Formats: sequence, C-alpha cells, structure tokens
Amino acid sequence: MKIQFTISVFTEDQIGLLNRVSIIFTRRHINIESIAASESEVKGIHRYTIVISEEEDLVVKVVKQLEKQVDVVGAFYHTNDDVVYQEIALYKIPTSALIAGGKAEGIVRNHNARFLSVEPEFTIVEKTGHKEETQVLFDELEPYGILEFVRSGRVAITKPMKQLKEYLQELEIASLNN
Amino acid sequence: MNTIEKNKTIPLPFGEARRGSIKGAEAVVKCLLEEHVEVIFGYPGGAIMPVYDALYDYQKELKHILTRHEQGAIHAAQGYARASGKVGVCIATSGPGATNLITGIADAQIDSTPLVCITGQVHAHLLGTDAFQETDVVGISMPVTKWNCQVTKAEDIPGALAKAFYIAQSGRPGPVLVDITKDAQFGEVEFNYEKCKQIRSYVPKPKVDLTKVKEAAELINAAKKPLVVFGQGVILAEAEKEFKAFIEQAGLPAAWTIMGLSALPSNHELNVGMLGMHGNYAPNVLTNECDVLIAVGMRFDDRVTGNLAKYAKQAKVVHLEIDPAEVDKNVKTTVAVVGDCKDSLKQLTGLLTAKKHTDWVNKFYELKEVEDNKVIKNEINPSVGDLTMGEVIAQINKITKGEAIVVTDVGQHQMVACRYAEFNQTKSLITSGGLGTMGFCLPAAIGAKFGQPNRQVIAVIGDGGFQMTIQELGTIFQTKIDVKILILNNQFLGMVRQWQDLFFDKRYSSTEMVNPDFQMIATGYGLAVNKVSERNKLEEAVKEMLAHDGSYLLEVMVGKENNVFPMIETGASVSDIRLD
Repeated sequence: MKIQFTISVFTEDQIGLLNRVSIIFTRRHINIESIAASESEVKGIHRYTIVISEEEDLVVKVVKQLEKQVDVVGAFYHTNDDVVYQEIALYKIPTSALIAGGKAEGIVRNHNARFLSVEPEFTIVEKTGHKEETQVLFDELEPYGILEFVRSGRVAITKPMKQLKEYLQELEIASLNN
Repeated sequence: MNTIEKNKTIPLPFGEARRGSIKGAEAVVKCLLEEHVEVIFGYPGGAIMPVYDALYDYQKELKHILTRHEQGAIHAAQGYARASGKVGVCIATSGPGATNLITGIADAQIDSTPLVCITGQVHAHLLGTDAFQETDVVGISMPVTKWNCQVTKAEDIPGALAKAFYIAQSGRPGPVLVDITKDAQFGEVEFNYEKCKQIRSYVPKPKVDLTKVKEAAELINAAKKPLVVFGQGVILAEAEKEFKAFIEQAGLPAAWTIMGLSALPSNHELNVGMLGMHGNYAPNVLTNECDVLIAVGMRFDDRVTGNLAKYAKQAKVVHLEIDPAEVDKNVKTTVAVVGDCKDSLKQLTGLLTAKKHTDWVNKFYELKEVEDNKVIKNEINPSVGDLTMGEVIAQINKITKGEAIVVTDVGQHQMVACRYAEFNQTKSLITSGGLGTMGFCLPAAIGAKFGQPNRQVIAVIGDGGFQMTIQELGTIFQTKIDVKILILNNQFLGMVRQWQDLFFDKRYSSTEMVNPDFQMIATGYGLAVNKVSERNKLEEAVKEMLAHDGSYLLEVMVGKENNVFPMIETGASVSDIRLD
C-alpha cells in the first residue's frame, strides 16, 4: 500500500549532489511531492527533506541507493507519525477583500495566520502548518480572490532521539577501509 | 562542481617535501605515478592538451596508448582493469571526447569495474556559455559514475585524483570521472600527494556481522539440497581460494553468472555450470528445487533469474554481498551477510560441517547428461552441416587448455563462448555482462593484453560487434600488441535474428549483414589473417592462429541461422528453460 514517507538525506556540502539524489527517484519513476534543502545542525552537513508516497519496500530500496552515494552521509525514512513537520504557505489577496465586509480578516485570524505586509492594493498572509491546514485557508480565502499562492516543501524533524553527531562518530569508524 | 575536502583524508608521510610548484597538468601525471599507474588509454584534443604536453616528459614512466576513438580508450581501460585487477585509466578531451566515453562508463558502472576517467574541460570562465567543445560531462555522467567531480583550480587536482583512485577501487568498485578545466591544467600547484585512505560519508567495506554468519552457517548445515550461485564479487574480492574452500567444505554445488566465470576452475567437480537465459540446464532447473540458495557476490540480474515471481520460491536464501543496496533488491533474503566476501566466506567456512551431498550433486550431473545429449554434443562436436560457434570454442580449449584470457563481444558468440570456454585461472573471461555493449571486445582485448602481457589473449567477436569498434585495429597496428582475433561470422546480428526467429515470426528486420572483406581490412592493418568455412580445416587454422607470433585475425564462417540453446524465454521461470 502506498503511504506518505518523509526521507531525510544528510550529505556533504557539494554542488551537484541534488542532481545525484534526484536521479535515484526519477530512475524509478517516483514522483517527488516536495523537497527542501538546508544546512543541518552540524557544520558542513546539508540535509534534504523529501516527501514521496510509495510502498515501504520500495522506499527501503531507494534509501539504500541514496545511502550508497559516496557523498551521502546517511539517509533515513519515516512515516508521518515519526516526524514533526511543517510547511509554509503565502497568500496574496486584494486588500479590498479585507476592508469590504471584514470577513477575510476573520478567516485569517481564525487560522492563526499572520499578515506579513499590507499594501493599498494587496495584502500578504502567511500560514504555517500541514498541507491540509494551509489548503483549508486557501479554500476559504478563494472566494475573495487569491492573486498569488505559494507553498514550500515540507521541513521535518524526526522524533527518534539519535543525534547526527553521534551517527557521524560511528561513521568515522565504519568508513575505515580495513 | 565539487570542492575537495582535504581534511577528509588522513595525512600520510610523503617521500619528499614540497618541491616547489608545478603546472596542474604535470600534477595530473604525477598523481597517476603516485598511484602506480603504468598504462593509460586515451585520445588528445584541445581541452586536454596541457596534460598531453606533460605526458611528453614522462614517456618512460607512463605508457600512453593512443586508441582510435575514445570509446576504444575506455573499453581498453576496462579490459586492462578486468585482466589485471588494477584501476584502468583513460583520458579524453572535453565535449565529444568526453561523451564518447559514456558507453564505457555505463558499462563499467553496471559491471563494477574500477576506472578513473580524466576529461579536459573548457576554461572555468567559459563554463555554461556553450563554448567550443563544452559539454556538461559531470551532469551527463552522473547517473553512470560511482562518483565524479569537476576541478577548476590546479591546487585541487591532487586531492581530487587521490579521492578518485580511492573510490574507484575500494568497496564495490566502479568508474569515477574527474573533469579538469584547461585553466586548472595551466595553473600552478605545490605538488604534495597524499593517498586518500578514508572518506567520512563512504563505507566501502561494511563490517561482517558474526551473528549473520552464524545464522547463514546454520541454514547451510541443515540444508539437504544447497545450491551456490556466484558472481564477479568473488573475483573483485580476490576471494577465489576462500570460495573454493567454502564449497569444498560443505560439498556445495556452485553455478556462476557470466561475470563470475573463471573464478572457479571449469573442471572443478562442484562447478555445475552457467546460470541464466542461455546457461546450463541443471543449475537453472535445480534453482527451483534447492532448499537453500547461497548467493555470493552476485546481484540477481534479470538475465540470471528469469521471472522473479517464480525464482527459487521454495528456497531459503543466503546472500553474501558487499553492497547493502543489492540486498533484497530483487530477491528477498532469509539471511544477508553484508561485507567483503573474502572475510565472510572465511568466517562462514569455519562454521560449516564437512559434507558431500553426493545424491544432490549427482542430480546436476544427470541433468547435464540430458543437456549433453540434446544440445552440447551437436554444438561442440557436429559431424555434418555448417560450422558451429561451439566447435570453434572447443578447438580453442583443446589448444589453450584453459590458460588463455578470452574476451568476448555481445550476442550469440558471447553466450556460446561463456558456455563452452574452459578456464583454469581467475580473471580469464572478460565480457560486457550488465550493459551488453557491442563493440566492447576488440578494445577490451587490447587493454587486457596490456594488463596481462604474458598471457594469451583471444578476442572472440561476432561480425556485427567487430564493426562497431573495428578502428581499434589501428591501435593494434601502432602498438604491435599481440591479440588473437577470432571472428565468428554468421552474416547476421545473430542474437537479434534468433529473437526474430523465435518471437517475431522470422521477420528478419535489419539483422542481415552484408560484410566487407575482413581479411583485406586486417591485412591493411598489418595483421596476419586466415578464413575458414570447412570443418576439416578448422583445427589447423585455430592452431596456426594461436601459435602465430603477433596479432592475427581468423574469420570463421559459421551457420547463418543457428540458435543458442538452452534458453529461458522472457517472462519464463528458470526451471522452464528450453532445450530446443
């Protein structure tokens, strides 16, 4: 059964590695639902957070292929229960929608979204949350006219407690070519 | 693209201290010498000219073989690596030079061959501008290299090449590519070479887990009908001795993939033959009868397993494998022993009860007799009709007694050569297994001869594949290397024709070859030549070729429409292998 998995890939900081990582998905015709790249808590180590919906045994194979890349430090996969994750969405709506009946403002406040910028012509609203949550706000704002919308890839932190630094120490020993 | 992290390697004392700066191009050559490279294969061009200029000063220390095409250079490097066990090195210019390497890189990747490919690149400031002969070779080669990088500064050259050599040959070997911009070749570097000994993010040899070895030993000790299937992993790990001790200890019949061929002597009593689509009858049929299947250094390629849904479903599966990504990829294992099989085999053998499994092993011999009668006798010892490919290989066996290196191309002759050629020592069969690259043979045979100058090298090629890299006759001519070329000419692209015969209603679409006079061509390149089409002249012709001092081309006209059997049809189970 296909379910949603979050794959975390920790890599050395190298140009071109994103290409090497994405090839592994495209070769198997796996659709990447979202991808986010950033630094990790360890200097020089980058992390990719990749969301896919696939069967678990295929995900295991993909993670092994990722792990196999020379410059990939480690790759892990988690179900949604095992991660705390967020996405950020930005909405550009006409400022007139806020003034006219005042309802749009109520919607924004009810969703714990924030006003980032209010201009005479448009207002920018920010909402963080899971995709379903940012989507509900989208649906509710839509009647007032959404001028522009963008949603980020998922960023996720895993619940299991093993630390990257600890993992790296183990790798230092394992990577000796005896 | 990559900045090379110098602090990833553990510094080793290097003979001499800094000797002042040299050009990046010279540093490339010095790195090769530091890695004990003796022969490289390549083709010059604009963006790699500084390196070629540096090579001019090192002609005594480093032999450069000028091939006639970059594809020839890389296949030669592959042949060299496979015959010698060392890293093969090839060198090409940017753009078309680099793209001409790609087939060979893909071939080396799928067949785990250690290669370092060095390509020239346009000046760094021209990158991305569609400059003359600029191609994004790092991007193009990414899916087919174990690792690659681009160097844009002379000072990064030693670090990049040290890493390249380490990655190419450690763990599961593979091809790496280092792309060096022309300005980096012209730039200055204070040369100080440190061999790479460790990369933090890379675990070449996972440590063997003793509990897994014990579990595997229990399964094997309890097995009534065990079968070992082995591949090139045994050769790459240089574990031939350990492997032999392993199967002998527990009396385990062992069958090979074509990449594993020659790791175990052909005449060993536990060698039960070739696996897969055109393999032997017994090991294919009995794969589906064994109770424990022990895979050693092989990856369950689809040409070996046939229909996976009907592959060894009754058996418990033990897999000895260095690459964790291969475990459970195609066949679900009961026990996986991850690590170098040289280590795991040794540990495992120590835990095995001495056994013979005589009745079970005899079953292989019974089925071999079925195959002998239905297929092999007619193939290697026919009395009437056209010459067969099998009888030519049988003649080779008679004379070489299993001591020669046989290099093959791809197609019918490849399957026949693998089925019938006999070997006493390892690294004796060189073929394009995973990728099935036509045109591989001739340049690979040249490389193999440079890798093992004291061994007889025989290139067995079809008339189709020969013409894909026929220009490498020029390399033979110039280097005066001694390669015996045996063309098995059926005037067809035989394997495709066989499929058209069996599955496409004999509609021979674009498979018939109208060939030129190969003897005339080879004569032009200075080779001794001969051609036979009659049975009573075959033995003498093969003898003459093998006794000849220097390169020789023997063209044997074989039956035009012979098919290779046995055969597992696509989608069929290994045990449904057809004998005719």
